[in-house]
Amino acid sequence: MSEQTAGVQTYTPREFHRQAHDALGNPQIRANFRKAMDGLMAKRLDSFDDWDLDALRELGANIRLRALARLPDLLEKLEANCEANGIKVHWAEDGEQACRIIRGICENHGATSVIKGKSMVSEEMHLNAHLEEAGIEALESDLGEYLVQLNQQTPSHIIMPAIHLNTDEISEIMHDKTGTERTRDVDAMTAAARQQLRERFMAAGVGVSGVNFAVAETGTLCLVENEGNGRMTTTVPPVHVAVTGIEKVVEHLRDVPPLYSLLTRSATGQHVTTYFNMISSPRKEGEHDGPKEVHLVLVDSGRSSIYQDNELLDTLRCIRCGACMNHCPVYTRVGGHAYGTTYPGPIGSILSPHLMGLEETRDLPTASSLCGACGEVCPVKIPIPDLLVRLRRESVGEGRGNVAGAGIKRTRKEVAAWKGFQWLATHPAAWRAGTSVAGRLRALTPARLGAWTQHRSAPRPATTTLHALVKQHQAAKTDKEER
Amino acid sequence: MSARDAILKRLRERADGALSAPDSDFAVVTGRGWSREERLVRFERWIGSVHGEVVHAAEEDWTDVLAKVLVDKGVRRLALGKQHPVAVEARRALVNAEVELVDVDRDIEQWQREQFDDVDAGLTSTRGAIAETGSLWLWPTPDEPRLISLVPPLHIAVLDGRTLEDTFFDVIEKHGWASGMPTNALLISGPSKTADIEQTLAYGVHGPRELVVIVRHADDVIGSSARQ
Repeated sequence: MSEQTAGVQTYTPREFHRQAHDALGNPQIRANFRKAMDGLMAKRLDSFDDWDLDALRELGANIRLRALARLPDLLEKLEANCEANGIKVHWAEDGEQACRIIRGICENHGATSVIKGKSMVSEEMHLNAHLEEAGIEALESDLGEYLVQLNQQTPSHIIMPAIHLNTDEISEIMHDKTGTERTRDVDAMTAAARQQLRERFMAAGVGVSGVNFAVAETGTLCLVENEGNGRMTTTVPPVHVAVTGIEKVVEHLRDVPPLYSLLTRSATGQHVTTYFNMISSPRKEGEHDGPKEVHLVLVDSGRSSIYQDNELLDTLRCIRCGACMNHCPVYTRVGGHAYGTTYPGPIGSILSPHLMGLEETRDLPTASSLCGACGEVCPVKIPIPDLLVRLRRESVGEGRGNVAGAGIKRTRKEVAAWKGFQWLATHPAAWRAGTSVAGRLRALTPARLGAWTQHRSAPRPATTTLHALVKQHQAAKTDKEER
Repeated sequence: MSARDAILKRLRERADGALSAPDSDFAVVTGRGWSREERLVRFERWIGSVHGEVVHAAEEDWTDVLAKVLVDKGVRRLALGKQHPVAVEARRALVNAEVELVDVDRDIEQWQREQFDDVDAGLTSTRGAIAETGSLWLWPTPDEPRLISLVPPLHIAVLDGRTLEDTFFDVIEKHGWASGMPTNALLISGPSKTADIEQTLAYGVHGPRELVVIVRHADDVIGSSARQ
């Protein structure tokens, strides 16, 4: 996930521990995330004030479950309705294939510059790097993504890509890369970016966006945004390409309002976003603006394999609000880059192993204290903690083997240790003998026990076992009673 | 096998077997039971909370209010349609005003630079609004193209006080959206905004910096109570 073009700051899930360590030692990162996450948690709670949140989450979960239950039929229906509306539908097995499809569309139109609305799937498949190799410049237009791209970084949050940067850092980036005068005035910086990007919207040959909900019933692509860059991207260039994972489909138009209500409130605590943009066709005869061609690229990229397993399936309910990361004590402290994946935080830890395999992402399922906050706030009730535990089991070869790289963390030592423990714990005489020996040899316990003793002293067996203590206590009690 | 067929095949031949779809109870997103007045009050409160400006007008003299907004905002060039009654009435009323009227019934390719650089405001009608979230709903047409509510720095939207619904769900259901979607359907709630620079809210990042909603009232009763 970290291999991008030269010069881009890279992170990889293999280096989670080092990256997390570095982030923890960076007071700027910690302050930026702490401040942002505290604000987001409070705003979310406020925004659900008037709502029967349980009923709404139940409905949200149930709409997503229904969509997944009928997924193949709904994808076919979406395709048929989009095509009937004039939207060309493409299917891609993986990110590489999707990138080639999009490059092909650009080349067919002789486009050398692409303007992009926010799309996590395009990040997932490294579309920008792919297009650049083909000599096509891809420019992000969401302000946060634009800043991150200028800084040759990747987003650190799925909703707020530049959340790791503060005002001074952003001012410096804009000064360095675009010659904007240094300022602490956010309005002035925003105005400068507006001017810079408007030129690019006009010049772009193709606009690439993501999709928040794809409605099978009507062949409609829904985009949620505040800035207007999504509307620009999908309206100004002559060609619009929407790219999305196959799980984003919903059955009916009426399924959209509950999910939209949950999405904006869970993500940023907004009761609504500035724009809800619903696209059902390219420019029709007689219309004066909008793209003349609209393409929809449906990307599988591991999703159909998640789909096979009853428990893992829940991962696909996600509507990408980011509430799980906003509420995660680990994410808040280490920030988004430490994970080294496109999707950071709890959702990233349960999704990335499927996209990249457990070999790459072996540390992510353990990047959680299992406090349960992510599951409690999830608008579609994904049991994230249970899925983290499931992936931990898979990584040591104790699951169903349904995840690529299952068993990667299995070691003979650990297996033998657990087997030994199991035998001891089910054989009382051996257990008593063992614990009593351990108590007597307590002076020999090592003072250093790897990661455990980095911040703690090593545990020592007690001189007297609990069993022995209880026995003594009972003997004393009987003594007293007899006297 | 094509990618399409391979993906669909994997989904259909699901290892853990077919899934059953639960029924959905939509009660939580409908049935607010607000009166017309309550809807207006809520609409105004919510759109106001995200920097949307609301001005009220009687149906017969709403163009006077429009003329005043144009003067207040220093609009020199106003883009608008020709056929919708809103555009027709505005054109008639502004014929002697100090504002140049810009025709929008031209293919964007012919006047993109002009639209981006040299239009101060776009005037559009609206199909209705949503009380719960303070959102306008627009279905752009050849007469009122998509970019008119997006590219100029000021968007002036004309809303009839009678056309508010309680919730987004109600709009979709009562107006039969599922039986025929337009090229582009939009909900607009306030001017363009971002909080991408350290959570600080800034308006007008890509779209309009300002949104003015002129609410037209058929009778003074609702107008005056909403004004309070």
